[in-house]
Amino acid sequence: MAIELRVPTILRTYTGGEKAVNGAGSTLAEFIDDVNGNHPGLKERIVEGRPEELRRFVNVYVNDEDVRFTGGLKTEVKDGDVVVVLPAVAGG
Amino acid sequence: MRWPPYRGGVLIIDTATYEAIVDHARRDHPDEACGVVAGPEGSDRPARFIPMLNAAMSPTFYEFDSGDLFRLYKEMDSRDEEPVVIYHSHTATEAYPSRTDINLAQEPGAHYVLVSTRDGADSPSYDGPVEFRSYRIIDGEVTEEEVQVVPAYPAE
Repeated sequence: MAIELRVPTILRTYTGGEKAVNGAGSTLAEFIDDVNGNHPGLKERIVEGRPEELRRFVNVYVNDEDVRFTGGLKTEVKDGDVVVVLPAVAGG
Repeated sequence: MRWPPYRGGVLIIDTATYEAIVDHARRDHPDEACGVVAGPEGSDRPARFIPMLNAAMSPTFYEFDSGDLFRLYKEMDSRDEEPVVIYHSHTATEAYPSRTDINLAQEPGAHYVLVSTRDGADSPSYDGPVEFRSYRIIDGEVTEEEVQVVPAYPAE
């Protein structure tokens, strides 16, 4: 078992075109670090700043829940979970 | 008839969808209206009109609600669709992508449609042409494309 990351179109350049890649970790932050090990550059499109935070215009969901409501990067994850990344649809 | 390859240069959209977008923009004026027209993956055909709530409820900004966004993409995924058109309105400026629009555009495969409801174009009595323009926005680069409104899409 693993944790699955569903990759949005715009970030598939980092995954060789794959729509989904697997990783491991006990928190969302660890999971993103782990996935970034195999797909360098992916992390900085999702996370920014120090301390690290989710980018304002990127939404991340763990099992259908927006992680902004479940602890952000500290959200706990486990084998079998599905992490979905969706760029915000927004503008001025 | 085979669907012609026009990706990159033209948005072909049927009259009903075109009018639905304009109507939505007028209805939500003076706030910005926004939404998607989904279509079968790889078809480049805007087939299913999906008006979205502007969670920002603002005359100068739009953003899909995060829960709505999730449900929208989940539904498109289950139907093998993609967002062929992403539209929004400008309520006081021309139908051209703003700096914010360009910075936040994150769907390289979509036609970004802008409608302007400025200068009274929101009014039902307005009988001039409503600005309706389409763009590709990729890596911060904006390319305008022709808009062709057709009565109906050719049979596949």
